[in-house]
Amino acid sequence: MEFAELIRISRCDRVMLHRPHHRVLDGTLCITGHHLIVSAHGEEPEELWLLHSNIDAIERRQQGMTGGTLWLKCKDLRILQLDIIGADQFAKVADTLEDLIRVEDPMFQYPFFYRAMYNVLEDGWTTFLPESEFSRVIQQGDDWRISYVNKDYKVCSSYPAAVVVPKNIEDSDLVAIANFRQGGRFPVLAYRHEGSAVLMRSGQPLITANGKRCKEDERLLNSVLAREKRGYIIDTRTQNLAQSAKLRGGGYEPELHYPNWRRVHKPIDRHHVLLDSLTKLMDGVNDTNSGTDKWLSRLESSNWMNNIKETLNCACLVAQCLDQDGASVLVHDTDGLDSALQVTSLAQIILNPDCRTVRGFEALIEREWIQGGHPFATRHARSCYTPSAQRSKINAPTFLLFLDCVYQIHSQFSCSFEFAENFLVMLFEHSYSSQFGTFLGNNEGERKNMKAPERTASLWSYINRHEVLPKYLNPLYEPNQRVIWPSVAPMSLQLWAGVFLRWVVDQGPQEAAWLVVKELRERDAALRSKVSRLRRQLQDLEREALEVGILSPTMELEVA
Amino acid sequence: MYRRIRSWVLDEHEEIMFRSHPVLKKVENVRLLDRFSSKRSTGTLYLTATHLIFVDPDAKKETWILHMHISSVDKLPLSTQGSPLQVRCKTFLAVTFVIPKERDCHDIYTSLLQLSQPVHLEDLYCFHYTASNDDLDKRGGWDLYNPAAEYHRMGVPCEAWAPTTLNHNYEICDTYPQELYVPASAPTKVILSSSKFRSKGRFPVLSYLHKNQAALCRSSQPLSGFSARCEEDEQLLDCILRSNPNTSHMIVVDTRPKINAMANRAAGKGYENEAYYENIKFHFSGIENIHVMRASLAKQIETCQLVPPSMNGFISGVESSGWLKHVRSVLETAVFITSSMMEGVSVLVHCSDGWDRTAQTCALAQLLLDPYYRTIQGFQILIEKEWLAFGHKFTDRCGHIQGDPKEVSPIFTQFIDCVWQLQQILPSAFEFNERYLLVLHDHVFSCQFGTFIGNCQKDRVDLRLSERTYSLWGFIRSHVTEYRNPLYRRDSTTDVLRLTLCPQSVRFWRGMYNRFENGIHPREPLGDLLAATTEHTQSLTDQADYLTKRITWLKGELERRGRNASRKAADGLCDNRILDAAQQNEGKVESLGVLGMQEIEESLVSVGALPVTHEADSDVTSDKIAPDTNFINPSHLIHGGGKKLMNQLLSHQALRAVSPELASVALDWKTFRNVKECSCSTPFDHFSRKHHCWRCGEVFCTRCIDKKTALPGHLSQQPVPVCRPCYKDVTRSVSVDTP
Repeated sequence: MEFAELIRISRCDRVMLHRPHHRVLDGTLCITGHHLIVSAHGEEPEELWLLHSNIDAIERRQQGMTGGTLWLKCKDLRILQLDIIGADQFAKVADTLEDLIRVEDPMFQYPFFYRAMYNVLEDGWTTFLPESEFSRVIQQGDDWRISYVNKDYKVCSSYPAAVVVPKNIEDSDLVAIANFRQGGRFPVLAYRHEGSAVLMRSGQPLITANGKRCKEDERLLNSVLAREKRGYIIDTRTQNLAQSAKLRGGGYEPELHYPNWRRVHKPIDRHHVLLDSLTKLMDGVNDTNSGTDKWLSRLESSNWMNNIKETLNCACLVAQCLDQDGASVLVHDTDGLDSALQVTSLAQIILNPDCRTVRGFEALIEREWIQGGHPFATRHARSCYTPSAQRSKINAPTFLLFLDCVYQIHSQFSCSFEFAENFLVMLFEHSYSSQFGTFLGNNEGERKNMKAPERTASLWSYINRHEVLPKYLNPLYEPNQRVIWPSVAPMSLQLWAGVFLRWVVDQGPQEAAWLVVKELRERDAALRSKVSRLRRQLQDLEREALEVGILSPTMELEVA
Repeated sequence: MYRRIRSWVLDEHEEIMFRSHPVLKKVENVRLLDRFSSKRSTGTLYLTATHLIFVDPDAKKETWILHMHISSVDKLPLSTQGSPLQVRCKTFLAVTFVIPKERDCHDIYTSLLQLSQPVHLEDLYCFHYTASNDDLDKRGGWDLYNPAAEYHRMGVPCEAWAPTTLNHNYEICDTYPQELYVPASAPTKVILSSSKFRSKGRFPVLSYLHKNQAALCRSSQPLSGFSARCEEDEQLLDCILRSNPNTSHMIVVDTRPKINAMANRAAGKGYENEAYYENIKFHFSGIENIHVMRASLAKQIETCQLVPPSMNGFISGVESSGWLKHVRSVLETAVFITSSMMEGVSVLVHCSDGWDRTAQTCALAQLLLDPYYRTIQGFQILIEKEWLAFGHKFTDRCGHIQGDPKEVSPIFTQFIDCVWQLQQILPSAFEFNERYLLVLHDHVFSCQFGTFIGNCQKDRVDLRLSERTYSLWGFIRSHVTEYRNPLYRRDSTTDVLRLTLCPQSVRFWRGMYNRFENGIHPREPLGDLLAATTEHTQSLTDQADYLTKRITWLKGELERRGRNASRKAADGLCDNRILDAAQQNEGKVESLGVLGMQEIEESLVSVGALPVTHEADSDVTSDKIAPDTNFINPSHLIHGGGKKLMNQLLSHQALRAVSPELASVALDWKTFRNVKECSCSTPFDHFSRKHHCWRCGEVFCTRCIDKKTALPGHLSQQPVPVCRPCYKDVTRSVSVDTP
């Protein structure tokens, strides 16, 4: 395939672009293999660059022979309107765009064509290797080791090549356990809390209706428990769903065979239910003319806020088990690819101060989501504007929900995070559409296959440069070594305006206020160093003055 | 007063005092229920003449409830632990006490019923409240609002607008103020007739004149019925219209829903008939009446107190209460008025009597139109003008005394809510913060100050409030730093606030309606932190000025000495060593970059917090480690091993004697994080303001930081807040040094 085959028209004059919070732009439209570009005719060089991969859905309305209007609904939740003159041009533009956003071959994606125009000091592809990330766990004590049993991605296609497992479990055992767990996702270490309590995640056990069991699996789980300690299995499905999963070859750990583990069901919505929730939310958000009642009832029926509450709630429970009971926890749902990752990563943010730094948060996302095998390509292939008939059941804004939960904690502990809110927004945008290869593919195996590490630039390499990073830093940051318990009361959670409302309610005043905050903090810090410098200078001078006898030790100075 | 209250309380006790308040009744082993946690606190309940106080000795927590704040007291069904007594407040605090003995519960219940709503105005708290704080002057604040000055600020009187003395003794309208401004062209006869044609005599008068000559006027509804007309009233509107040379029409905003206005016609009231009034455009804005608002807020409060709180239950509760919808309709009317006036069109606003919805929307429109009203003082003027002078019935609406419960309605609360919404939408537009709104709101109900007593200006004059009570404005003046919004930026592009309101931008105000639920607020609230940052910056700026001045002086002295020395050196008596050393030293300090400095400071910290105790004044502060470790000159650490540091420590004693001023200003202030209680062991709540001592940098509660003094390390010598031990230190060292 060549892009040239798809691009029926590459240039179109006299288009009108309507976009949120901007004047109407009268200009020329250009379509390239990866971008839609509208540039103004006027004297001011105004331009819009939009990645095709950012477009979720296109709505077209032709007006006879005069032309028509295209609504480009983006995955960053923005809606753009393009008025195009001439029926022929209109049809060509619309068809071209529709084809381009449906290009499925990952090798044609923009990251493979994008060339970074800066020096990469530290390659993001190798910054967060499991060997270094888990070095402390591995080096301390003899409980855990890195296993390369999955180095060819054959034991578990969604796991990375290196995983951390209990030391006394052989690779051959892991293969057996992989056969007993959904998608081959045998229990692996996600995080070790102070002390010995650990957080693990996996896929559901394949108990089936026959009540199959796997001795190796039982041994693995028992081996992580300290003597006389009980652990918790958090199943993020309802009891009923877990029960009925048995009929489909899945199931949950029966108490009989896992006597030291207490199972708790904490249902969290996922997959298409979650995407429907987002769709309803955005339907409400984009309707700015309706009444307050209607907006609130849509907000409620979307269930999005409730999803946040339930997810945070579950994460708090996990954190509580680890921190307050000192008990180990295993989290799984069906596949262990969605809600399990939300819960394990949020629990770490609550518990582990490192995860609240820029680097630590990047590492968390790398460990739990990217290497952890969250299928970004599938989940983010379509978003909430795609008509439901064209969606698949496995498109879902799981990662967005996770980021929203982080935002909620962030807004309650605004000084405990090194990064600012816009860092989360940036991650949301890149996870859906990006020039970087970080969120490509569904798992490490796929990325290796397409040679993403060699052929694409990493988002982390870009972000961590000192030209870029400062704009994502939180001016209020004061490292907080404690566990931070967020409130999940309904009035404590708020709709994330920076993501969901930004295209309908101008966030300009909020951004301006944020700059004031930054300025206040910077001025204070600068003054502090100025004062301590002056103090030292004065003391030096005074010492000198003492030596030469201008001052005497007891004399009080009068300021001239 | 006290005696009378005492006689209400059945159970006679010997005289007990609690924090110098005479206690009328004391009940022990009372439990306080908490909705969000299973933790229950047990303690003692005290009833005084003014407060209901619950003291939990284990948690060191005191809950003070002002009787005037109580909106309802209910006895709940008996439980095994005792009789529960539920107290709900106008500040949205809701608490349930479980009192062991039914009889005690009943006593408290009946006492509270009487204490919370006196029968006579003269029994209100303000008439026997005396400020414990000496700096609060009884007269302070009563002179704040001067109508002539305020109208003069808008450019009135002018050609088009003139004052009238017709109401000087409240003759034509007893709910209007004495000073009124009307079109200069309107004859007295016209005004008198118009006044008779308007409900309660409230004829159209000038509320605000914009720079573009567009006028905002207010009145009550006309007594038009189905067909009545009054040519003088029509003429008065015409005068208003003509006072504005820029347009040929004006807008009349009836803030009511059309159906309500029509229903009023049956009672001989109603609205202006466009056929009779030339060149007016009529506009209904559909704000519901006081009864709807009362029910709506009650429902929202119920929602806030849902048990257990579910997300969807909460959102649908907020929705069905309709409160946000009403808030939005008030705001939208204000936005409509603002944009009409920005087009140069004059606007007359009325509702039924013109003292509820009219007050809300006129005040909000002015808030949008004029940046002055968005300042701390300007907002007070706005309230004085639109609410107090024009006769919002505070005593009736707030239920200050026993009266018709149908007259009570949260109209002012709703206005404050609207202002908060604007603060959220435009965080840098207001000089004041959320705390200011809360304080205003609470004191409207507290009756601690005379400001909001009575239903109109005439009431307040008759009661001689300005002689007999304190003004809230005086109180606010002495606490003004607490109400500043650190994000406030004044620039000319935002003189007039233009906004488009969509339903998504109106939000539930957690800080008001769930204020007392401690667990649900942000743990690291931005407001307090930024306020502390600005104060800290202020303190350091002052010290930097001081240091610069002193360094300049010393340098001059050293140079002069150097010159003398070199002159002597020419005589072969002395060498230049000192001067060279001075120059070298200076160069070294200057050459240190900021980064280098930080490293040094860190290394200093790692050396250990050097216990620099003040030998001389150790009696108070010896247990504290001075937060400033910079007495030791870190520049020496660069070259230095431990030996140098030791030498430094030795010589530093001598130096301390020379530069104690440095220590008098804290370089770093303690973070608010994890500060759970003040040194007086009062626990900090979400809403309690935390203060820093500018000298030691520690965190204190309001009660412990009541002292102000100038610090020797500040150039300005302005009195700044310090804690009590520091106050002692500073004042004593001053008296020692200057015998």
